[in-house]
Formats: sequence, structure tokens, C-alpha cells
Amino acid sequence: MSAVPMIDIAFVLNGRPARATIEPRELLIDLLRNRFGLTGSKRSCDVEVCGACTVLVDGLPVSSCTTLAADADGRDVLTIEGLARGGELDRVQRAFVSHGAMQCGFCTPGMVMAVKALLALDPHPSEEAISHFLRGNICRCTGYVKIIEAVKELAR
Amino acid sequence: MLPARFELHRAETIADALALVAEHGEDATFYAGGTELLVALKARVLRYGHVVDIKRIEALRGIAERAGGTLVIGALATHYQIANHPLVLQHFPAYAALSADVANIRVRVAGTLGGNLCFAEPHADPPALLCALDARVVLAGPEGERVVPMTDFILGEFTTARADGELLVRVEIPRMQVGATTAYRAFGHLERPAVSVAAMRSADARWRFWVGAISGHPTLLECAPEEVADAAAKLDAHDDLHGSAEYKRHLVAVLARRAAQACLS
Repeated sequence: MSAVPMIDIAFVLNGRPARATIEPRELLIDLLRNRFGLTGSKRSCDVEVCGACTVLVDGLPVSSCTTLAADADGRDVLTIEGLARGGELDRVQRAFVSHGAMQCGFCTPGMVMAVKALLALDPHPSEEAISHFLRGNICRCTGYVKIIEAVKELAR
Repeated sequence: MLPARFELHRAETIADALALVAEHGEDATFYAGGTELLVALKARVLRYGHVVDIKRIEALRGIAERAGGTLVIGALATHYQIANHPLVLQHFPAYAALSADVANIRVRVAGTLGGNLCFAEPHADPPALLCALDARVVLAGPEGERVVPMTDFILGEFTTARADGELLVRVEIPRMQVGATTAYRAFGHLERPAVSVAAMRSADARWRFWVGAISGHPTLLECAPEEVADAAAKLDAHDDLHGSAEYKRHLVAVLARRAAQACLS
């Protein structure tokens, strides 16, 4: 097929202005990983089920594997790399560390980003609300207990 | 996976979107949340040279109440917005609860009601309850708008009454009759319902049970709760990833009983 017109996008990435010229079919995860070197977001299931590629767009979680990069245009994109400030980890990251809420670590960036969104929407979620919100983030090591414990501490 | 190459058009108005799809015909598709479409494009089970993004069309947004109490939901309303909207929570709490439970939070944030209905994936949550609520689907085409009852909209698996070139613009739900109650129950071990049941009890105690996901389109059982098990046993169902036909009929009976109990409590 012949070449199609490229698209110029401008967005905010981890608090800073960013620009890119992209192919319409380009996916947000590839934009982040390949163009900006932000490899924290993981490609895993590739069908919006596992949550390993979760990033926040305007504060809400999306599957970057199934989002067009074009749809980042004009939006605010936050990835796991944008959480720490001045070398200090975000409170969600610190809670995950102190609770040992990770095993192999592959799901962790997506899990942390989902928790970041949850606490912004609901600072004091019940355990049931935490489980419901994180239902779409799968930990194949099955380390859910410590993850929930970490979030419960943050939810107090 | 990466979709095959396509040209992305960003329509600003319904007229623009209809014109673009008319111009490119079968090589064009409307695109909103992408939760179904992008997965299919990536897997290359669908392929389009022209993708018409409708997310910038203001007229497709919003949830509002019309005089007479009809709830009007723009095609671009996401499951997340529906789940949290004060009018939905107040007048259709069962629909808010359903929307809060669709798939996972990322799908709810991106996925739109219009896309959900038009894709007509049989294992979807909204159709059965929207049938029970006597919802109407409004389609815009080159000749203007037409209204299709939700009960006639989904014809079969991935097939709807929407003609090529028509755009679903909004869904309308009439205010429920005073004294009527409704409830939705679903079960599945995957992110989608294996089957679901929307129960509607009218003010004069007549029951309707709309069964979702059991076949290509929602199926009506018009009987009292104590007759649902027998009616469910006769439902046309098939074995698939979500369970055997027999298991699904069993689920229908259980879910209908639970939904009926919820209507009465």
C-alpha cells in the first residue's frame, strides 16, 4: 500500500512538552518505548487485558498497547518514569517497595500507574474498591496480597 | 502487533464523518474508543485504508435529560462516564452499576457506548439491559436520522441494523414507569459475561427477562421468575470458550432468579 500522510502531534509527557511526527497506525506504547526510550510500560497481552502497558492519559489509565499515538495529541501522558521527582520515589512506589509488592516486576509499572489513578479518583478506597479497580492488572506471579496491602496502607 | 497502514481522518462534525465514510466506502470505518476496533486491526481480522476518528465531534458527546425525562446518551459517552454520571446514578442505577463493571478500568475509560453497540460482540454487557429499558438507538445517515428500538438493533454476532455509512449518534432511554424496577446480573470467568440477565418488573408486576450473550442477540423470556428455569432450559445456546450450552442455560436460571430478587428488594 502507498504511504499515508504522517501526523504531527504535540502533548505533555511526564510534565514536559513533547512533539513527534508519527504514522497514523503507530501505537502509544511504541511511541513511548521506541521514540522516547521510556521502557517502563510493558507490552504483554497486547489486547487490553493484563494492564502491563498502563499509562495515564489526562489522569485516567489506558492500555498504551491499544491506544493510537495520534490520540495522545493535546493530552497529558504520564508514565512510570514520570512519577519520581528529584530522585525521590512517588509514595505509591515507596509503598510497593516497603511492602515487597512485586516479584518478577513485569506487572509493577502498570500496577503502580493504576494505583496512582485510583488514589487520585478516590483517596480512601475500601479493599473491595481496590480489588475492583485493579481487576484489570494481572500479576502472573500471583503476588496480589502484598500489592493490596501496599494500596491499603496508602488508602488510610 | 501493529495494524496495517491506514490514513487517519479527524472529523469535526457528523456531516464530515458521514461524507468521509461515503467517499471511501467499504475501505473506511468510524473510530472512537478503539477498544474493539484497534484489537481487530492489530490482529488483522479487520483492515481499512481509512479510519475516521469521530472523537472530536462535539454533537456525539454528553449525557443529558430531555423534557419528559428521557435520558440521552451521546455515542461517545464512555462506560466510565456513564457509570459515574449523576443522571444515570439517579434514574438508572442498574445501568450505572453495569457500566462500572464492564471489562476493566482501561476499557471503561476508553470504550464508548456507541462503539460497544455497533461492534455487537455478543459477549457484551449493555445490550440486554438496554433492551429491558426500552432504549432506542438513533442513527444518522446521508438521508437524515432514524430511530431503531434497541430490541431490533442487534441482529446477530457482529451484525446490527446500522447500514454501511450510518453513524450511531445517540442512545435514548425513556424514564422508567413509576413503580417499575430493574436489575442486571452477569457472570463469566473472563472479562466478558458468559451470559447475563436483565430483569424488568413493571408496576403491575409483569416480568420480562432479557438474556444477554446467550446467542447473537439479546433474547426475551416473558415469564414469571418461578418459570424462568424451565424457559432457560429451552434457550438456544452453543458451547464456546465461555462455557458449554448446558452451563450457560443453568447460569441464566440462576442469574434471572438473582436479578428478580434484586428487583423485589
